[in-house]
Amino acid sequence: MEFWVSSMLPQKADILFQLQKDILQLQGFRCKASDDLIRPVLGPIDSSFPNGVFPLASIHEFLTHSAEDMAATSGFISCLLSSLMNNGGVSVWIGTSQAIFPAALKFFNVEPDKIIFINTKKPKELLWLLEETLKCEGLAAVVGETSEVTSTESRRLQLAVEQSRVTGFLIRNNSRNINANACTARWKISSTPSIMAEDVPGIGFPAWNIELLKMRNGKPGKWQMQWAYNKLHSIPDPIILSPAEQRKTG
Amino acid sequence: MGKRFATIWFHYLKTDWFCRYRPELLRLPFVLTAPDHGRMIITAVNPCAYHQGIVVGMVLADARAVVPSLKYFDDIPGLPQKLLTSIAKWCIRFSPIVTIDLPDGIIIDATGCAHLWNGEGSYLDSIAGRLIQIGYHVNAAMADTPGKAWAMAHFGEQRSIINSDEELTAFLFLPVAALRLEVETVIRLNKLGLRQIRDILSMPRSVLRRRFGNHLLMRLDQSLGQQEEIIQPVQPVEPYSERLPCLEPIVTATGIEIALKKLLEVLCKRLQQEGKGIRKLIFKGYRVDGNIQAIDIGTNSASSNADHLFKLFEIKISSIEPALGIELFTLDAPKVEDIHATQEKFWNKACGLENPGLIKLLDRVSNKMGDNKIHRFLPVEHHWPERSVKIAASINEKLTTQWRTDRQRPIYLLQHPEPIKVTAPIPDYPPMLFRYQNKLHKVKKVDGPERIEREWWIEEGQHRDYYAVEDEEGIRYWLFRSGHYSDKNYEWFIHGFFA
Repeated sequence: MEFWVSSMLPQKADILFQLQKDILQLQGFRCKASDDLIRPVLGPIDSSFPNGVFPLASIHEFLTHSAEDMAATSGFISCLLSSLMNNGGVSVWIGTSQAIFPAALKFFNVEPDKIIFINTKKPKELLWLLEETLKCEGLAAVVGETSEVTSTESRRLQLAVEQSRVTGFLIRNNSRNINANACTARWKISSTPSIMAEDVPGIGFPAWNIELLKMRNGKPGKWQMQWAYNKLHSIPDPIILSPAEQRKTG
Repeated sequence: MGKRFATIWFHYLKTDWFCRYRPELLRLPFVLTAPDHGRMIITAVNPCAYHQGIVVGMVLADARAVVPSLKYFDDIPGLPQKLLTSIAKWCIRFSPIVTIDLPDGIIIDATGCAHLWNGEGSYLDSIAGRLIQIGYHVNAAMADTPGKAWAMAHFGEQRSIINSDEELTAFLFLPVAALRLEVETVIRLNKLGLRQIRDILSMPRSVLRRRFGNHLLMRLDQSLGQQEEIIQPVQPVEPYSERLPCLEPIVTATGIEIALKKLLEVLCKRLQQEGKGIRKLIFKGYRVDGNIQAIDIGTNSASSNADHLFKLFEIKISSIEPALGIELFTLDAPKVEDIHATQEKFWNKACGLENPGLIKLLDRVSNKMGDNKIHRFLPVEHHWPERSVKIAASINEKLTTQWRTDRQRPIYLLQHPEPIKVTAPIPDYPPMLFRYQNKLHKVKKVDGPERIEREWWIEEGQHRDYYAVEDEEGIRYWLFRSGHYSDKNYEWFIHGFFA
């Protein structure tokens, strides 16, 4: 494919590139200049996304199977929230019970008091809540913990975000059937041993196996990343610290 | 506009109430009695007994000698207070300020109310008429002071209305008892030949004060309107409240919606002028059969937007049961706050917690699902993990202390720590193995211990030694040992999962 494109006249390649961009726009991948300020930058993962940028205003689905997975997924989502909320935005976190410890969000550079938690046990209420919050313009992101979401429901959520330009994260816990749905991306996050130098006691930075199982108009992939100094770094790349950060760690 | 007061006097309050529940007593002479110094004293008589010469204060034995067929029942203490209060509450449909006048009357501040009933005559008729229908014997009067109205109700005709010009002639010829005086004072006045109010009006005030005390002068001034009489309404008047009486009872949901919209419009207009917003709102419908239907809403942030408030009520309107119809709607705002007008922005920049869209959303959620479902957390200066965050009281509450990041905290915290089985070298080493939910975890990396003491001024108990551990799969847990090894009663728990 690449050979074919490069062998074409440069003019033709430009036209093709422009056409691809137009198609993406028609499919709802609109890029606004103001979005770049809050768009998460995920290093190597970015190349899997359409246009090479993290898709905002869409629904991302995260598969989890245990409380440990939930914790890893919540951590990764918090990393995304940290950039989505960095202009003072507010997020809503919808769940069945208050499992997230707000004080820990600060480690991921998220202001915990800027997150509104809504808890409900009833699945119907939860879906209503999800749709209503996703329709609310001006929110940075909405995180929803739900086990099942049907194809119709996911389509409604996707339509809501295309209107309001809110980014939605669905944490699907113990879902029995992974059906086809309208979510833009499907992720799976699990913990991986943290990187520490030999003979150094203690636990390192939070590290994850990140699997992008499905990405509309993009390519799935698999990465290992860790969260350090308010940034995602890929493993095993060494963490390059700025002089100020070096001083802080002593 | 001058003030107007209506007074309703119940001749036979207690016995009429008895008759309501035992209609067979209507035509029989009967009395209520209460023991007093070993005798039974009559405390209330019914009209039938009254016409046969039995009065309140007689001894029961004497009364039975006069009327052998006299029936008698035990008096219920505190009954008048209870009856009058409920009647006064019912009367709120005629005026917001209604007070009880023990032992047998009700005073209504009817200022500016009577024209809604096409004049004072029909106003009094509709109040008294309804009470008579129920079975009470009442006298009603209207005047410019409560004292005059009381006097006319007790000593005037069944319906008396005095206007300012003819007031003196009607009022002055009433007996002195019409001034609401103590019995002894009335007897003394009568002894001195002062039988009518006009007799004492011509006397010097200093003489009256010396002979009869201040009370007489106060009552005289109150009746003549020279001294204001403060009446205590049975239901405190809400400062922000609107009323909408209906020509015909409303039974449909559409009708209720129209009434609500009208009330909201008026109330919100007033609030906007005063720069206030609503935090709590109660919408009440007074039904024809005396029942009151109420729905209420709360908002997360002060609002005076009628459309938004109406939307919040909309889902609850179906819970109103109009039955035979609602004749009066009221809208009370018990909780009102100042609104700080936000400047309109040309561009929708970062929308923080003041985002009106978000606040409207939260209002809708809390009215649909209840207030206790929405939380926002703020840091508190406690080390104990469960107490280190608190639920913010409002969406605008500011941080009083900073979030701490000097100690690692798990993102996923269990509501209650769960006991686990642990293998750990004594006395104070971190665990090597632990078993959680029947799965064995080999600990590879450890941070800790971090000892957190219970705050002794809050509760007593064992301290916790926290360890952050990572197992061979790379999953990070937050474990703690409660208590010292040496105490023998130590226990291991898992308290959370790190990201």
